[in-house]
Parts: sequence; C-alpha cells; structure tokens
Amino acid sequence: MVSAPVARRASQRSQQVEEMLREYLPILVFLGIAIALGAILILAAVVLAVRHPDPEKVSAYECGFNAFDDARMKFDVRFYLVSILFIIFDLEIAFLFPWAVAFKDVSMVGFWSMMVFLGVLTAGFAYEWKKGALEWQ
Amino acid sequence: MADFFSTPLGTFVIILAQCLAVLGFVMISLLFLVYGDRKIWAAVQMRRGPNVVGTFGILQSVADALKYVLKEVVIPAGSDKAVFMLAPMISFVMSMIAWAVIPFSDGWVLSDINVAILYVFAISSLEVYGVIMGGWASNSKYPFLGSLRSAAQMISYEVSIGLIIIGVIISTGSMNFGSIVHAQDTGWGFFGWYWLPHFPMVFLFFISALAETNRPPFDLPEAESELVAGYQVEYSATPFLLFMAGEYIAIFLMCALTSLLFFGGWLSPIPGLPDGALWMVGKMAFFFFIFAMVKAITPRYRYDQLMRLGWKVFLPFSLVWVVFVSFAAKFGWFWGIFARWTTGG
Repeated sequence: MVSAPVARRASQRSQQVEEMLREYLPILVFLGIAIALGAILILAAVVLAVRHPDPEKVSAYECGFNAFDDARMKFDVRFYLVSILFIIFDLEIAFLFPWAVAFKDVSMVGFWSMMVFLGVLTAGFAYEWKKGALEWQ
Repeated sequence: MADFFSTPLGTFVIILAQCLAVLGFVMISLLFLVYGDRKIWAAVQMRRGPNVVGTFGILQSVADALKYVLKEVVIPAGSDKAVFMLAPMISFVMSMIAWAVIPFSDGWVLSDINVAILYVFAISSLEVYGVIMGGWASNSKYPFLGSLRSAAQMISYEVSIGLIIIGVIISTGSMNFGSIVHAQDTGWGFFGWYWLPHFPMVFLFFISALAETNRPPFDLPEAESELVAGYQVEYSATPFLLFMAGEYIAIFLMCALTSLLFFGGWLSPIPGLPDGALWMVGKMAFFFFIFAMVKAITPRYRYDQLMRLGWKVFLPFSLVWVVFVSFAAKFGWFWGIFARWTTGG
C-alpha cells in the first residue's frame, strides 16, 4: 500500500509533468503546420507545374561537360577534423548551460571546478592550435 | 462562448489560431524582407531595384513566389529523389519552428518554455541537415562541395554563438526569453540593455549570425564564381523557393535573437515611452537592414580566412569572455551589471 503523502506527491508530480507537456503542445502544433505548409507547396508544384523532362535537362550540372565520374568523391579530411572539434566544443557548451542557469546558486566549489574544466579545455585547445589542426590551406 | 475556450478543444483552437498568427507574420514579413533586401542593394548600387509589380514594385515578391510554384521542378536523373525533395522541406521547417518560442511582447509567445534558448540552439543546429542532405542527394560535384563547405562553416560559428549565449545566461540566470528581456528592464532605457555590459559580444554575435546563415561576406557555400550556387545548383522552382524561404526566415530569426538578447526585445529605448511589440518588430527590421547593408558593401571572405576567423579569433575570444563574465557576476564587479538575476523574473 502506498501511504497518502507519497500518493499525493506522485499526483502532484504527474500534474506538473502534464503542465510542462502542455507548454510544449504549441510547438508540436506549429511543427505540424510548418510541415503541412511545406508539403502543400511541394504538392502544388507537382500538380500545377508542367513537366517535360529530357535526358539533357535532368543530367547533373557540370558547366556543359558530361560528368567524368561519380560526384560522391573523396574530400579533404579537414572537414572531418572540423566536425570532431565542433563535437568537443558543443559538448562543452552543453555542460555550461545548466551551470550558467544555476549560476546564482552555484557554490564557490562549483564555480572553481568549472573554471578548472575550462582551463583543461583551453589547454587542449592550445595543443590543437599548436599541432596545426586549425590550419586551413 | 467563454466556456468553449476552456474546454480541451477550445484550447486547441486557440493554440491553432496563435500558431497561424505567428506563421502569417513570418510569411508576410518574408515577402517584404526579400523585397526590402533587393531595394536596399539597389539603392547602395545606385539602381532602382524592383519597381514594376505594384506601387514601387512592392508586390514583386508575391509575383516571384507565384512564378516559382508554376515553374517546372527539374529532378536530376542521378539524384536520390526522396532525399532531394526532403532537404528543402527540412531547411524550411527547421527555420520556421524556432519561431515558436520567440516572444513579440510581454507574454506574446506561442510556447513560454523555460529552456527557450536551448530549443532555438538545438533547432538551428538541425538546419545543417537540410543543406548537407540537399548537397548529397543532388549527386553533382558543385552541390556536394558547397554543402561540405556550408556544413563546416555553420558548425564552426555555432560554437562561438553558443559561448556568447552562455554569457547572457550567466547574467540572467534563466534560459527563458521573457526573463532575459525583464532582466534588461532596469529603468535606464537604452543604456540598461545587455549590449552595454556585453559590448564586444554584440559584434561577435552579429558576425557569427552572418556566417551561420551563410550571408555575405561569408556566403562561401554559394560563391558563384567558384561553386555556381553551392548546394542549390540542382534545385529549381518550389524546392528552391523553400530553401530560399528557409534562409530568409533563419536570417530574420537571428535579427529577433539579437534584439532579444542584447537590445531589450520589446522594451522601449526611452524610459517613459510604452513598451510593446512595435519596438520588437522595429528592432528586428533595423537589424535586417544592417544584414542587407553588410551584403551590399562587403567583399567575400576566402574560405581559409573564414575558418581562421571562426576558430582562432571568435572561439578564444568568446571563451575568455565567458570566464570574464562569470568572474564579474560571481564577485559583483562593475556595480553588478553582469549579475541581473535579482531584477529578472
């Protein structure tokens, strides 16, 4: 058997959750409307617009030449490096968000531990810089 | 009648009406933004710009939109057709739904969630997918290279935008746009807003916003002299219209963010004058004017310069600024102008 206060707290919590979900309902409705608008535009184009495809028209644009080989070719590894760096720094920002919101309640220990975390991150950043991961020729 | 609006169905009808109002506002401003953009460039270059359709050519965008819908949709033979059509939809929908949390005046917001900034940040990260899917699905060299460049550029500048936003959140202690604007309401009008304490970050945010939305001088993905039109090369008619609409909506969103985060949102610049949605719209229009002016008067960056600026200038500077703001807020430097959580709601 669940005691009365626990049950009351549980019902309170479910009410809070329900309220929070209700705040997100407009976003869902808005998403639906935006998707509908995009789909209507695409469908309107399919229904209204003329379509006369011919082999030259639907070939890939290549400044008048036929394509030499497949377009999905090898590309510079630096793009990959940039995305890895992005993941590191975006994760760091994700760490910073809750800390920044609770900033007024964060104790000195919390404050300084985040400063140490940023210091470690800066050291890593300086190393990347020195190694030339940020160079782009 | 009042009973009806308190039932679940009535609540839903109200939400639907509010959503349509925001959508209508964004779509109608989109028409005039494109027109305004073209008129401003024309004025800078001493041309007339669009002047035939309607008085002063004001209906030019309406005519263009109709024309796009009636044109033939050319789908390249080698393309991945489903992804090819999905990419512009994603680009459009993602930039549109970020507007669900943007307040136009006190309480005039579709969804008053307390993680509003995080939501906008997450949605604007997803916008990259539209670009990279479009470039991949086209199966053509120019779009592929353009989408790679564009993705790298957008994620690079997102990092510094995130760090700048962290500074504002530290000052406010909340991620809700309403609280951020209330924290700027100090009775000092124009000089009480965040642009003054966060002064250098206003410029960094604006320039990062230019890069994030692929606007000149950072329009490398569409550098027409080398990549023709970047990831949009194979797109025509309505899919292209959706890409372009998504781009302009994202730009307008950045204008709204600049005015909410640094320029007091709907607050009046002069103490005593009433606050309201008109100030918000006016500020957004002003920042869009700056966007258009930057496009008209600056030459394009080179790609290595762009990456250097993002990673070697903006990132270290905004990182240092986060540390500076947190020290100033923690120890109450500068008469506590960096610690506004007492005045905020």
